[in-house]
Amino acid sequence: MTPQGQFRAALLDPDLPVPSGLTGPAGRPARRRFDIYRNNVTASLTEALRQSFPVVRALVGEEFFIALAIAHLRAYPPASPLLMFYGQDMPAFLESFPAARALGYLPDVARLELALRQSYHAADADALDPDRLRALAPETFLAARLRLAPAVRLLRSDWPVLSIWRANMRGAAPPRDRTAEDILITRTEFDPEPQLLPPGAASFLTALIGGATVGTALDHAGAFDLTATLSLLLADGAITDLITD
Amino acid sequence: MLDATSRARLPARPGVGYKPQHFADILADAGPVAWLEIHAENYMGDGGRPLAQLRHLAERFPISVHGVGLSIGGEGPLDPDHLARLKHLCGWLDPASFSEHLAWSTHEGAFLNDLLPLPYTEATLARVAAHVAQVQDRIGRRMLLENPSTYLDFTESEMGEIDFLAEIARRTGCGLLLDVNNVFVSCTNRQTDPAGYIDRFPHDRVGEIHLGGHDAGRDDAGAALLIDSHGREVADPVWHLYEQTVRLGGARPTLIEWDNDVPGWATLAAEAGRAARILDPAAA
Amino acid sequence: MSPTAKSLAVAGSLAAALAAQSAAPARAEGAQEKCFGVALAGQNDCAGGAGTTCAGTSKVDYQGNEWKLVPAGTCTTMKLPEGRVGSLTPLDRDLPKG
Repeated sequence: MTPQGQFRAALLDPDLPVPSGLTGPAGRPARRRFDIYRNNVTASLTEALRQSFPVVRALVGEEFFIALAIAHLRAYPPASPLLMFYGQDMPAFLESFPAARALGYLPDVARLELALRQSYHAADADALDPDRLRALAPETFLAARLRLAPAVRLLRSDWPVLSIWRANMRGAAPPRDRTAEDILITRTEFDPEPQLLPPGAASFLTALIGGATVGTALDHAGAFDLTATLSLLLADGAITDLITD
Repeated sequence: MLDATSRARLPARPGVGYKPQHFADILADAGPVAWLEIHAENYMGDGGRPLAQLRHLAERFPISVHGVGLSIGGEGPLDPDHLARLKHLCGWLDPASFSEHLAWSTHEGAFLNDLLPLPYTEATLARVAAHVAQVQDRIGRRMLLENPSTYLDFTESEMGEIDFLAEIARRTGCGLLLDVNNVFVSCTNRQTDPAGYIDRFPHDRVGEIHLGGHDAGRDDAGAALLIDSHGREVADPVWHLYEQTVRLGGARPTLIEWDNDVPGWATLAAEAGRAARILDPAAA
Repeated sequence: MSPTAKSLAVAGSLAAALAAQSAAPARAEGAQEKCFGVALAGQNDCAGGAGTTCAGTSKVDYQGNEWKLVPAGTCTTMKLPEGRVGSLTPLDRDLPKG
C-alpha cells in the first residue's frame, strides 16, 4: 500500500495502528496527533450526514444516527468533494444495516431527503407561459411532449413517506396508516417542496419524464385525476417547455 | 499564459469567509469587510439559491475562490472532473483570486474532507509542483498555495515547510497564501518559533493572508497541541504575528475565517475591523 | 377510451387546470427576498445539504472503539405494529440516556 493509502486506511479504521514514519517533536510518538486527523475526518463527515438527513436523524434519534453515520462513512466515504451531494449510498446502506431494518420506511425517507437536495441544487429554469397551453387544440396537446424543470423529482414509495417528512419538518400529525405515497418535488424560485401526487399520477409522470407524448403517457397510466395533476405542475412552474413536432 | 492584468484584484483590506446566514447583513452594511471568500466546492451545483446569492454578491464585492477539495498533494493524478468544475466556476465568476492548500484530501476516489499532511521531500515537491502547474494551466490563471496547519511530522521529510513552499512558487510561478493562524498552530505543534517562521517567509510571494481561531489540547507527552478549528476569535498571539507580518510584507488582503459555531455578523465584522486597524493604522 | 373521448377529457382537464392558475394569486410578490434570502426558518434550510470545511475540530471524539451501535433493544421500540407505521415523531427521547 502507498503511504497515502496507509494513511487513509488508518483514518477510517481506528483498529489499525498509526502509519509508520509519523512523528511528534523530538521523535516522540504521534498517536494522539494522528487521532486529530481521524477525528477531523469522522466528525466532519458525520456532521455532513447530520445536515443532509435531518428527518432520518429525527426518526432514529441523535445517538443512533451518529453510530449509523460513522458506519456509513467508513463503508462509503464521499466519492467527490461536492459534499452537498454526499449520501447517495445512504438508502442502500440503510437497507443493509441490521439495526435499522425494522424501520422499513427509513430508506425511502433518505431517498426523499436526497431528492430534495438534488432539487435545491438543480439548474434554474423559467416556467412555460400558460398562454401557450390555452391556445392549444386537444389533439396537439395529446401529441406534444412536456419538458419538466431540472428541479423536478418524482418519488414513489410503499410507505407514507411524505406524511412522515411533514410530521418531522412541518409539525404535521404523523400518519396513522401504512399507505403508499407518490411524491412530486417541485421548486418555485429556490425552495424545493415535496407534494403528494393523486393516486395513479406517478405512472403518467414517469412516462412524461421518459419523453413520451401526453397521449402515450395517458395510455401508460390507469385512471387518475389529470386535472389535479396538471394543476400541480402548472402552479409550481414544473413545466418549462412544450414540444410539438 | 497566465493573464493577471485584466481582472480585478483583492484589495489590501479585510475580507471574510461567506456564510449564507449573513447574506442580508452583508448587503445591509458590510462594515469594514471589503471582499468575500467562498469555498469553490459549495458553488459547483447547477443552480438554485447558492449560485443566485453568489451572482448577487459578486456584483458588489470582489470574490476570492478558495478550493478545499482539489487534493493538490495527492499521490494520484488530479481529478479531471474537478478541474473542469473549477475552470467552469472561475470562468463565469471571474474571481479576484483563486487559492488552494498544500495538502491532500482524496485517495483513490475517496474524499476525506480534511486537509491531510505531506512529507517535505524532493519527490513530494516534484509532484505538488506538477499539480500546481497543471491547475494554473487548466484554469488559465495564477493560483495561491496555502501553508497548512499540521499536527505531526514525517520522519522522511528532507526540508522545512518554508523552503518547500518557496521552491513550489519558484518552479510554478504561483503565489502563496500565508495563513498566520496555521503558522502559529503548526509551529506550536512542532515546538518551533512562529515569529522566526514569519521572519523567514517569502513575503513578496504573498497574495493573501488568512486569520482564524484555534482550540488547544495536549499530545501524548502532555505538550501543547493546537487544532485549527476556525470556531472562535483570532487568538492574541496570532494577532501579534499578523502585526509582524504586515510590518515585514506590507498590507495584504486579509481574510477572517470562521467556519464552526459561526457567530452573528456583528462579531465577524468586529474581527475584520481589528484586521483593518492593523492594515491601515492611519484610518483607525 | 375512444380517441375523441380522450381528447374531450384532456381538453376539459387542461382548461380546468389553467382556470385554477388564473384564479390563483400571482406568486411574484416578495421575489427579491425569495430569490436571495435564506429559506424561512424550519422550512427548507436543510435542503442545501452540507458544505465543505477547511477547519479541524476538537469538539467531538469519534475515533476509537468505544463507539458501539445503539443496543438492538432500542430498535425494538421502533418496530412497526402490523399495518401501522408506529411512532414517527422524534424518537431520541425514547433512547436510554447515557
